[in-house]
Amino acid sequence: MSHHIVEVKNLRHVYPDGTIAIIDVSFRITHGESVAIIGANGAGKSTLLQHLNGCLEPTGGDILIGDTPLSKSTLPDIRRTVGMLFQNPDDQLFMPTVFDDVAFGPLNLGLTVEHIEKRVADALDLVGAGHLRDKPPYHLSGGEKKRVAIATVLAMSPDILVMDEPTSGLDPFARRQLMNLLRGFHHTKIFTSHDLDMVLELCGRTIILHEGLIMADAPTAEIFRNEELLSACRLEKPLSMQGCPLCRQTPST
Amino acid sequence: MISINAAIIDLKRLELLAGRYSPIHVLDARVKVLVTLVFIVSVVSFGRYELVRLLPFFIFPAVMIPLANLPTLYLARKIALLSPFVLMVGLFNPVFDRNALYQFGQLGISGGWISLASLLIRSLLTVGAAFILVGTTGFTSVCQAVERLGIPRIFAVQLLFLHRYIFVLADETGTAARARELRSCGKRGLGVVSFGSQMGHLLLRTWQRAERIHTAMLARGFVGEFHSHRQSRFGVSELCFLLGWLSLFIALRYYDIPGALGEFVTGTAP
Ligand SMILES: Nc1ncnc2c1ncn2[C@@H]1O[C@H](COP(=O)(O)OP(=O)(O)OP(=O)(O)O)[C@@H](O)[C@H]1O
Ligand SMILES: [Mg+2]
Repeated sequence: MSHHIVEVKNLRHVYPDGTIAIIDVSFRITHGESVAIIGANGAGKSTLLQHLNGCLEPTGGDILIGDTPLSKSTLPDIRRTVGMLFQNPDDQLFMPTVFDDVAFGPLNLGLTVEHIEKRVADALDLVGAGHLRDKPPYHLSGGEKKRVAIATVLAMSPDILVMDEPTSGLDPFARRQLMNLLRGFHHTKIFTSHDLDMVLELCGRTIILHEGLIMADAPTAEIFRNEELLSACRLEKPLSMQGCPLCRQTPST
Repeated sequence: MISINAAIIDLKRLELLAGRYSPIHVLDARVKVLVTLVFIVSVVSFGRYELVRLLPFFIFPAVMIPLANLPTLYLARKIALLSPFVLMVGLFNPVFDRNALYQFGQLGISGGWISLASLLIRSLLTVGAAFILVGTTGFTSVCQAVERLGIPRIFAVQLLFLHRYIFVLADETGTAARARELRSCGKRGLGVVSFGSQMGHLLLRTWQRAERIHTAMLARGFVGEFHSHRQSRFGVSELCFLLGWLSLFIALRYYDIPGALGEFVTGTAP
């Protein structure tokens, strides 16, 4: 299915205040790929992701989802295809209760009321937040908010998952749960993360973004072995590749 | 500034009440909107010196609150919060309007005082009715109902966003106030100058936040249509509810029932 291809051509983004967040970025992600976009704080990762479902308008360049170029007229369809998790869950949750919030997307997709109940329950169970359904989102802990935000995206069963730091703020168990969940999601997924161990486990391909430019785009294992590149981009190896801090042994990779 | 935060959370509680179940909650939102509207219009349309004839209207909250299982004390406190504003509006009535309207022996009660009291009662009734509506229906459903009653969608959407924006503004004010408090070490911060810039900053922040939330809504397929997972139809109970209240309000508006009652009890014509 060519529907799940994400192509970015010469993307450039300048914020209204003149900050050039993305200078020139191009890549093509094909169906079923799992791609990590990593880079230092302020490298432009969130800015890049927000273009993928039209939350930000490019200053220059094009974005194609499947064969469809992203434009005003195709936007509703593209937003149905691309599920987007924002970095800050507070931006994502706006309804009075968790249930209403998760139901918001499916209701907009035109699902009938009988189906909604199950959709919402399933999505909440997937992230282990079933017990929160009647709580107001603003009464949740940070990690709980994150999980509910993830549920709101999953409930729409998107073809392409785009997530901005999905594991930040999650406890180890919830993080593991989410990673298993993502591994089971066989469509295209793209996410940014500072959790490099997760990147190592989940993503076959990694793109390094540095000051608005792509510094590397290669298989993950290859990238994490290139220490020079990593340190030039304010990154380092995943902890699991750094050896045991107690016995100071480097693993043989 | 814990108090600001607490007040906001408290306000949001009203919205949460709408998630409960009760004979009133399950009614179609449209009839509730209609009844509330007629109630407000009948109360407001009385003359400015009317007092006694407003009192029977308290039957509406008195019946609705227990039926809908709403927390009386909470609602009372919310309404009481508004009374200072009403007092401010009506404060000068007693000063300017000194015509004695009632005479109890030597003591004359001026029209100003009466109109102030009337204003107070009216605001109590109308605000109470609005709170009951939101507390039993939820704001989204109210907007949806307004649209289904024939108001252009654009207005309904505006209404919804205004409501959301108030919460966003309140949220941001709360966090900004806390951040300021924590770093001003018990003093009053940097005074008026920093306060001004903070207000500007706050507006920008809320604007951006509101925009981000709007994006999040769009990202989840929002195209300006309302959906509610509570299915409702216009059935028999809706019809009874509507006709019952409407006939009562209209009767109370056009016939002087307290007067007639007094006449009946004392046996004298005025
Ligand atoms: N609304 C905005 N207006 C102006 N500049 C912005 C805006 N949002 C972000 N920037 C700037 O754009 C650059 C890229 O920001 P972005 O949020 O994409 O970084 P990021 O890679 O997601 O970082 P992090 O890892 O901290 O999340 C930063 O220099 C930031 O200061
Ligand atoms: Mg970011």
